[in-house]
Amino acid sequence: MHLMYFTEQPMSAYDAQAGLDFGATALMFSNKHFDPIAGSRLYNEYLEHYRLAEDVGFDGIMLNEHHNAPFCMQAKCNVFASILAAMTKRVKIVLLGNPLPLADNPVRLAEELAMIDMISRGRLVSGFVRGGGQEQLATGVNPAYNRERFEEAHELITRAWTQTGPFRFEGTHYQHRVVNPWAMPLQKPHPRVWIPGVLSKETIIWAAQKGYPYIALSTEIEATKKIWELYDKAAAERGHSGGPEFRGYLQRCHVAETDEKAMANAKQFMWMQGEFTGLAHPVWSSPSGYFSPSYRKAFVEYAVGRRSNPRGAEFEDQIRNQQIIAGTPKTVIPKIRRLLEETRPSIMGFWASDGFVSAADTRNCIRLLGEEVLPAVREIGKELGLWSPFEANSPTSRAFPQPARPAGEV
Amino acid sequence: MADITWTSEIVPLASGPLHVARSGSGTPLLVLHHDIGTVERLPFYDALARTHTVLVPSHPGYDKSERPSWIRNVRDIAVIYQALIAEQSLADVTLVGLGFGGWIAAEMAAMAPRGFKKVVLVGAMGIKPERGDIADQALVSYIDYVRLGFADQQAYDRIFGAETPTATLEQWDLNREMTFRIAWKPYMYNPSLPHLLGGVRTPTLVVWGREDRVVPLECGERYVKALRNARLAVIDGAGHFVEMEKPEELARLIGGNECT
Repeated sequence: MHLMYFTEQPMSAYDAQAGLDFGATALMFSNKHFDPIAGSRLYNEYLEHYRLAEDVGFDGIMLNEHHNAPFCMQAKCNVFASILAAMTKRVKIVLLGNPLPLADNPVRLAEELAMIDMISRGRLVSGFVRGGGQEQLATGVNPAYNRERFEEAHELITRAWTQTGPFRFEGTHYQHRVVNPWAMPLQKPHPRVWIPGVLSKETIIWAAQKGYPYIALSTEIEATKKIWELYDKAAAERGHSGGPEFRGYLQRCHVAETDEKAMANAKQFMWMQGEFTGLAHPVWSSPSGYFSPSYRKAFVEYAVGRRSNPRGAEFEDQIRNQQIIAGTPKTVIPKIRRLLEETRPSIMGFWASDGFVSAADTRNCIRLLGEEVLPAVREIGKELGLWSPFEANSPTSRAFPQPARPAGEV
Repeated sequence: MADITWTSEIVPLASGPLHVARSGSGTPLLVLHHDIGTVERLPFYDALARTHTVLVPSHPGYDKSERPSWIRNVRDIAVIYQALIAEQSLADVTLVGLGFGGWIAAEMAAMAPRGFKKVVLVGAMGIKPERGDIADQALVSYIDYVRLGFADQQAYDRIFGAETPTATLEQWDLNREMTFRIAWKPYMYNPSLPHLLGGVRTPTLVVWGREDRVVPLECGERYVKALRNARLAVIDGAGHFVEMEKPEELARLIGGNECT
C-alpha cells in the first residue's frame, strides 16, 4: 500500500461569525478577514506536520490547492511541493493536484513540475484536477471550457515532458510557438499521474481510458464501489483491467489517545461542510458549463433552493458511514480494515485533522497514525493483496507502459 | 392581440440551423433577444408585428437554436445574422437589439455601415462603462439575475411566474453557458467596438431604462457619443428589460421617426 498524509491546510484563524453572517466562506467572503500573521504561523506549522509525517513513516504527502477560501490555505500546491522537495528525503510528493484549466501557460506548469521532480530526486506524483467551480471564477477562467482545457493542457504537459523539443503546439485553447523547456522530469517516461475526484463520471472514465489511478476523495463506501465499477468498465472497454493499483481513497481519520478526544476533534471535519461556517453559493461552486449536462435539472433546483445540499450529511451519519473515522488506534484500525476490504484501494490518504484542531493534537494524531495505525494497515494491505503502483510496478499510463523511474542515480 | 399570429421555422444556414419566429407584414424588423433568451411571445413583439414583418431568431446556442460548438465570440453571431438577412433576401431592415442582443446589433451596424434602415439599441451591452460595471451574472443565481433586470418585480412575476418553472431555469442555465462560451472575457463588451461605431451611417435610437441595474445608463451615453447619428431616449420606471416593462412605449419609440 501507499499511505499518504493529507491536510486541507485550514485557515481557521478568521472571524467565524463573519462567515456565518455573510452566509458563505468562499469566493466572495472578503479577505479583510485574512490574517497574514496567523497565516505565517499556520504555514510553518503545516510544514512541521509534513516533516513529522515523513519521520513517523508515511509513504507520501498529498497536497492540493484552492482559491479565495479559508478552508484551504494553499493557493499554489507547487509552492509547498517545492519546499517539500528540498525539505524531505523519502516521501513521495503527491499533488492532487494542479488545476489544469486555470493555467494559461501549461508549459510553465510542466517546467515547475519537472523542477520539483529533479529537486526531489524523482519523488513527484503529478496529479491533475479540473479545479472547483469557484476556482474558475477566482482566476477568471471560462468554466464552459473547463473540460476541454483540462484535456488539452494535459496533452501539452505530457508532450512537453516526453517529446524532444522544440515543437509547436496549435490547440483550441493553447497555442505555443516553441515548446522546448530546459527543465525535464528526472522520472522517465514521466512522473506518475493520479487523478482525484468526487463525482464527475466523465473524469473517472477519462482516467480509466488513460490508465491513470483514480483517487476517490472522501466518498461513501457504496459510492466508491460504484466509482470502481465505472472505472473498471471503462478500462475493460480499452482492453485493460483496473484493480487495486489503480485505486486511491482519501478519508478523514483523526486519532487520539481516547475515543472521546478523537471524536471531539473529528467534529472539526464539519468545519468546511457548513456546520460552523458558511458554504459557497451553488452558482459559484458550479458555474454554468462547468458541470455535466446530465446534472442540469438537479443543479438548477439546488441553485435556487428547491433541493437540499447533496453534501450536507450530519456528523453522526458521516461517522456511521465512515466518511469520518475517529478514535484511538485500536478503534480506527478495524474501521479502516472495513474500508479496505470493501473498496480495495492500494493508495490510501489520511486526512488527519481540520478546522480548529490544535497543532499539538494534530502532531499527536500524526504520531499515533505513524506508530500504531500505519503498520497495521500495511499488514491488512498485504493480506488483501493491495499492491500500490510502486509495489506492483504498474505502467505509468496506457500511452507509456513503462513504470516511472528516475533516469539515474543522483 | 388575437389578430396577430406567429409562425416558427428552422432556417438552414451554412453556419447551422437557426430557429426563427415570424409575424406581421410590412418592412422587415429583426429583434435580437437578451442573454437570458426570450419567452415565445411578448406584447412588445405583437405591437411591432402590427406595423412590421417581425423576425425573432433564437441566437445560435440559445433557446431553440442548436449550439454550434465553434462559436467563440459575439461577432460570430453578428456575421450569422448578416447571412440570415441575405438568405431571406430582406431589405430595408430595422434592427432592434435588446441588452445582449443590442451588442450583436451594434456589431452588425459596424460591419455594414449603411446596411440597415434603422438600428435600435435597448440597454445594450458591448461597451465597457468607465464608471461601474456591467452586472456579472456568474455571481448570482438565475432568478436573481433576471430579477435584477426589472424595476418592477411584479412584472417579473407576471412573465416568468413568482415560482419560476424548473424548465425555465434549465433554459436560463443553457443560455448562460452559451453566454459564457462567447462573452466570458472581457465580460460583455468588445474593446474595439466604440472605435468602429464612428463609421456607422444608419440612424440609431439608443433606449435605456432609467433603472437599468444590469448595464449602466452611462453605456447608453457612450453609444450615442460613438455613433454619429444617434439619439438617447431614457424611459422612466423601466429596468434592463424595457420591452417587458414598457412594451407599448418602446414599440411607439421604434415606430416613430425619432432616430435623428
